[in-house]
Amino acid sequence: MRFDEPALRNPIDDLTVFGRPVARIEGPLKVTGAARYAYERTELGKAAYGVVVGAAIPKGRIRAIDRTAALASPGVLGVITTLDHDRLPTADMCAATLFGGDVIQHHHQAMAVVVADTFEQARAASRLLSVTYERAEGRFVLADEEPRAEAAPDTENGGPDAPDIDVVGDFEAAFRAALVRLEQTYTTPYESPAMMEPHASMAAWQGDHVTIWTSNQMVNWAVRDIPRALGIPAENVRVLSPYVGGGFGAKLFIRCDVVLAALAARALGRPVKVTLHRPVIFNNTSHRSATIQRIRLAAGSDGKLTGISHRGLSGNLPGGLAEMATSQTKLLYAAPNREIGMRMATLDLPESNFMRAPGEAPGLMALEVAMDEMAEKLAMDPIAFRILNDTPVDPHVPNRRFSERHLAECLRVGAERFGWSARQARPAGVRDGRWLVGMGVASAIRNAIPMSSGARVRLERSGRLTVETDMTDIGTGTYTILAQTAAEMLGVTPADVGVTLGDSNLPRAAGSGGQWGAANATGGVFAACVKLREAIAARLGFPAAQCTFADHHVRSGNDTTSLAEVAQRGELIGEDLIEFGDLGKRFQQSTFGAQFAEVGVDAFTGEIRVRRMLAVCDAGRIINPVTARSQVIGGMTMGIGAALMEDLGLDAKRGFFVNHDMAGYEVPVHADVPHLDVVLLDHPDALASPTKAKGIGELGMCGAAPAIANAVYNATGVRIRNYPITLDKLLHELPPLSAL
Amino acid sequence: MRAFTYQRVAATAEATAALARIPGAKLLAGGTNLLDLMKLEIEAPTHLIDIRDLDLARIEDTAAGGLRIGALVSNTDLASDARIKRHYPVISRAIVSGATGQLRNKASTAGNLLQRNRCPYFYDTDQPCNKRLPGSGCSAIDGASRGLAVIGTSSACIATYPGDLAVALRLLDAEIETVDAAGRTRTLPIADFHRLPGDTPQIETALQPSELITAVILPPPLGGRHFYLKVRDRASYAFALVSVAAVLHPDRTGRIAFGGVAPKPWRVEQAEAALQDSAEAVVSIAFDGATPTEQNAFKVPLAARALASVIARARESSDAV
Ligand SMILES: Cc1cc2nc3c(=O)[nH]c(=O)nc-3n(C[C@H](O)[C@H](O)[C@H](O)COP(=O)(O)OP(=O)(O)OC[C@H]3O[C@@H](n4cnc5c(N)ncnc54)[C@H](O)[C@@H]3O)c2cc1C
Ligand code: SF4
Repeated sequence: MRFDEPALRNPIDDLTVFGRPVARIEGPLKVTGAARYAYERTELGKAAYGVVVGAAIPKGRIRAIDRTAALASPGVLGVITTLDHDRLPTADMCAATLFGGDVIQHHHQAMAVVVADTFEQARAASRLLSVTYERAEGRFVLADEEPRAEAAPDTENGGPDAPDIDVVGDFEAAFRAALVRLEQTYTTPYESPAMMEPHASMAAWQGDHVTIWTSNQMVNWAVRDIPRALGIPAENVRVLSPYVGGGFGAKLFIRCDVVLAALAARALGRPVKVTLHRPVIFNNTSHRSATIQRIRLAAGSDGKLTGISHRGLSGNLPGGLAEMATSQTKLLYAAPNREIGMRMATLDLPESNFMRAPGEAPGLMALEVAMDEMAEKLAMDPIAFRILNDTPVDPHVPNRRFSERHLAECLRVGAERFGWSARQARPAGVRDGRWLVGMGVASAIRNAIPMSSGARVRLERSGRLTVETDMTDIGTGTYTILAQTAAEMLGVTPADVGVTLGDSNLPRAAGSGGQWGAANATGGVFAACVKLREAIAARLGFPAAQCTFADHHVRSGNDTTSLAEVAQRGELIGEDLIEFGDLGKRFQQSTFGAQFAEVGVDAFTGEIRVRRMLAVCDAGRIINPVTARSQVIGGMTMGIGAALMEDLGLDAKRGFFVNHDMAGYEVPVHADVPHLDVVLLDHPDALASPTKAKGIGELGMCGAAPAIANAVYNATGVRIRNYPITLDKLLHELPPLSAL
Repeated sequence: MRAFTYQRVAATAEATAALARIPGAKLLAGGTNLLDLMKLEIEAPTHLIDIRDLDLARIEDTAAGGLRIGALVSNTDLASDARIKRHYPVISRAIVSGATGQLRNKASTAGNLLQRNRCPYFYDTDQPCNKRLPGSGCSAIDGASRGLAVIGTSSACIATYPGDLAVALRLLDAEIETVDAAGRTRTLPIADFHRLPGDTPQIETALQPSELITAVILPPPLGGRHFYLKVRDRASYAFALVSVAAVLHPDRTGRIAFGGVAPKPWRVEQAEAALQDSAEAVVSIAFDGATPTEQNAFKVPLAARALASVIARARESSDAV
């Protein structure tokens, strides 16, 4: 099915089960432990255990690896080292070496996998490898590399041909002429996805075919990249990823666990499973780059922005991607003069790659604080200031409208619900016992990305429906929303629908990432269901266009047949792929939000605690308010982390992230997360997808951190522009003890 | 984890005899610290002596009017004991500010005092660390040191003693009771129990190789109002950046001990007289000679502000009385 015209009224619009709060259909499996994740699968037989050894230097070469002692250790079946292989090709859009060769690009790059009968034996033996390194000098400090940075192309906002720096009008002239100006630099730190389930893979070979159970967000990328890495034909690889315990970007691409499980299984002629132990994940896999962002804003005394300049810098290994922290600035506010773009510096640190809300999360952490600062300079309410500078069109291409854009409504609804009118514009004006209390707001934007997505839906003889696709459910609720889609289209209940996901033998879907999963995968199931409806109509001799499907029956005029009866005459299959035309080019498709936060800052110690938060989201039709809300509050929680604590600490001398475990890398715990309120506006987007849904999985993170940052300023009068905002940065500007 | 042998003992003498006889033997209580370190091969005992069956899990009154806390009393039981809550609430507050319910259920009193430091390089066997590998160097001094100590350190090590309970015990001048393989018992003041690093950061306490802690002895109650304020980036499940244990009396006398700032619970008795003046005055004496790094210099003013907060709370509640 090609989607290149606005969606008309279709069976989804009945909203019998689509759009309803259906509880997760796989929930009971997960809470009872019956859902088996990659490391726990039994289909491949008893697997040996592989433990990965990471390089102990950040850059250089490996001269030799002595494995004698490891091989002699009890239970050890084999040791495969990076010197045994040429460098394997990396996955698309990735930069770090997966395995192979003697060149060390970054700390904890996989050097070897030690395989044994038990995990404990493999782990013990992994410490017996003796490695001779030749260490080279590295570049570890982003700011130091700025002079050598190069422009980073923005492929998402503007397409592959877009200029590196998006220039509209004459910013410098506008800035010079402006009555009110802001010029500030903001920094965001390195962050780790820190998902719950570690990377894990289990592999077994039958002849020259390999089956790999893994934890991966994008099965169709995995089956593209694994054959290349292993040097085998694409058809010889099957990948299964039915359950993923979180990814946040860390599992978009294959990482060394996949190839090491496969290489070890091939070498040993038996199934092997490999999980990355937590202390290796932080430096071996990917993270979000730190950024340095310089923002200049120009406005007239009426509060209208006349110019926006947002220049950013991020770092990565050679060949890696930039953290596109300036992208959203191209779309968020109007201003006739603009210059926006990212540069990227080469660093010899682990690979930075997409992490939840890539670009927007750190970009809004700067832009939305700058907007708060500018509102204050203009003596305007920050909400009024944002609404005044709202834009119905892509500011770069003024004839290109947004498909739907309800940012102003998000801000207004939120202001009312949060009680914004009680905010004191003068900072440090509210005390509650020892707490300085403040409120902050930020806008949120995250694009909706159309991607083709396929599915097959079977009406089985039993009368049950089964949805089959290689789509993944990374904890987001995909199983449930695909069941809702098929149930709505065929007039049954979600309980009548089985969903099989994450198997590369099944039709290729969009996968989970960039908040593109829900809208595209439900679109694919929609398309397959249209085919199935046609097949059912054809069997019954009904004209397909006039059939309605409801209450387990097909109706055409006065004729009614139950689906069970149809099914008894033999299984029927609908299979299709949703493909998107140029609506996404003609209209900018994005999701919007307004984030509100109230914080308390301990006037004595500077400890910051979030008291309450609200997100108002404009994300198209909401497929399932329960799973959507859960995505939003998860994003807001990561926003609390980004604002207040998450920080991969760099040892600039030794070239690695020091706090590489969950004790050192602090993420919010329950006590840090107060009541999170979520309002989901209902603005179906007929230009975005046949179900009129967009994504919401990343929107909840966008704007959450800067809303908190602005609340901290409102509470204390202290503006911290270097995240995370920790008490040590506030302390010397808090009221003197004599004043407390 | 390296291979080890394991033994479960029924009598204290059996445990100390095994400690004395078997080189590389270690006692196992709750295991919440030791087992983690063994998995990372930071600790590699050849033999584990599991002492959980010993009769050391009682809290008894002492003739002097204090309490004798058995070495195996769990952190949870200790924090919730009625006598502790009534007469030594600083202990309850210190304990519940730490770790999690699950860990406190497992953790023992003696094990808690002996928990090892949380310097990230100590946990990273790829990096130099004098405490883990004497003579290899200290990575933290010019590395990530935000959480580490500002006073009592040496050029060999700047690690912090991370625990909370010991800070409260130092405040109360508790004593540690031990027995060795020869059956000799001794009691050491807690002030002498944890050692400063000097040139030998790997030696952290005054405990001798064959010694087993049998109990912690509390002197008679001090009265006063008890506080334990733990300052940290996130609200729970984190070690202290700075903590303050305090017993304060209405006449502005009292005792103060700090956690998170030194290689041992940090109490400078001479500083307590300055309670008559201000928190800053107490801290300027208690932290005289501090040598913070750039990253952790904030801990000294933070200590003053945290203490000021405690003093303010004490005043608020006495005003209310
Ligand atoms: C995630 C996490 C968070 C934590 N957070 C905090 C916190 O916020 N605050 C805090 O204070 N603590 C915290 N802890 C530490 C925790 O309190 C300690 O791990 C615990 O108290 C240790 O007690 P245990 O009985 O388990 O000791 P074990 O691990 O069994 O033993 C520790 C050491 O003591 C020795 N030992 C045990 N008993 C005796 C004895 N009777 N005589 C001589 N030697 C003995 C052992 O040989 C070993 O060397 C945390 C721990 C974890 C894992
Ligand atoms: S501070 Fe102590 S524990 Fe940390 S690296 Fe230095 S010697 Fe090791």
